[in-house]
Amino acid sequence: MNYTFHWYQAFQALPELLRGALVTIEVAVLSMAIGIACGVLLALGRNSKNALLYGASTAWVEGARNTPALFQIYMAYFGLGSLGIFVDSFPALLIGISFNNAGYLAETFRGGLRAVPGTQMRAARSLGMGAPMAFRLVVLPQLFRTVFHPTMNQMVWAILMTSLGVIVGVNTDLAGVTQELNVRTFRTFEYFALAGAIYYLITKLITISARLAATRLFRY
Amino acid sequence: MSGSDFGLQEFMLMLEGASVTLKLTFYAVLGGTLMGLGFGLVRAVAPWWINWPLGAILDVFRSVPLLIQLVLVNSFKSILAVNASAFVVSCVVLALYTSSYCSEIVRAGVLAVPQTTRRAARSLGLTYWQDLREIVFPIALRVSLPSWIGLTLGVMKDTALVWWIGVVELLRTSQVIITRIQEPLLVLCVCGLIYFAMSYPISRLGARLEARWRDLD
Repeated sequence: MNYTFHWYQAFQALPELLRGALVTIEVAVLSMAIGIACGVLLALGRNSKNALLYGASTAWVEGARNTPALFQIYMAYFGLGSLGIFVDSFPALLIGISFNNAGYLAETFRGGLRAVPGTQMRAARSLGMGAPMAFRLVVLPQLFRTVFHPTMNQMVWAILMTSLGVIVGVNTDLAGVTQELNVRTFRTFEYFALAGAIYYLITKLITISARLAATRLFRY
Repeated sequence: MSGSDFGLQEFMLMLEGASVTLKLTFYAVLGGTLMGLGFGLVRAVAPWWINWPLGAILDVFRSVPLLIQLVLVNSFKSILAVNASAFVVSCVVLALYTSSYCSEIVRAGVLAVPQTTRRAARSLGLTYWQDLREIVFPIALRVSLPSWIGLTLGVMKDTALVWWIGVVELLRTSQVIITRIQEPLLVLCVCGLIYFAMSYPISRLGARLEARWRDLD
């Protein structure tokens, strides 16, 4: 092996990488917020009897689930450009991941809605609750319970997907910062190993806190 | 649209790219499934001091972005001065990545077979391997097959990342064509449709299987 590792140099860039990690988390959280909002609407659209709503939301969901995430980011980056909407690489990344998240979460939410039996709603109504109150106190907590874990999984996916931004030229997130350092120094292995370790820690942080939250939230 | 430069030649190029995508998927899923079967079985039956470290190692492949894994293995290959093409590196990384998910699917499938069923099989005189082959395998297959189909499709979509280390597959081919004829939307739509055509029928099949087997229970 004719190679000297320069780990010290890589560790010196740690503050820069951690700032990148913060951007990664921000993008992931933002894309999840947009994804959840759109996902709920899509789930309702997929259950709707209106042909237009059903068709549009089905197209979105199937498109998001049957093409690569990177393709979706390309679509936002190159595709929207030719429609005259020019987006920078960072918003393109955000749009791509949000689109993807929404597609996957829509199916999760639809499954969750189906998992709460209709009799629950009727039982709540017959106890004298109004429809909004029954939804809030009876349906929503059960829905939340079934979608919590898949949603947290999707959050991990969102973190991993943000690394694709570097391919369309994002240079502020963890993968982007790492690539900038790599181009400057050609210490590919060291920097990417460190970045990989940080990604690992972030995803572990999410799964562990999700597990802790679940034990607190779903005690009964 | 008058006079698009997108012709048969471009389309054939993209189909060629798609065939590389399918080849990558095939090798990755083949290798990943074989390894995943082994790891999954070990994880289902081994004591905790084997199970726990193996699980932790496999978990790394699921917690680090695939892009980073590809770059890492590719640069490590150069460090070791191993002469392997980008295609081989991609297959190895994708296979490991697949095996990590597949092992979880296999493990869940094996653990889904009730212990009482297995004891009943043993007490009818079946040997350990007979029990595994005749009882556990068919039941576990039902539980696992839909997820395995989902995994295969996921890997197919994830092969789009390998152009970063220099493999020319469907997405890369599309990009090359875009730079040449400057019609990104059209080319990307065709590319998306090819991906969709490869993925959608199989995903419907998976959903059908899942629904049918759920109704049988």
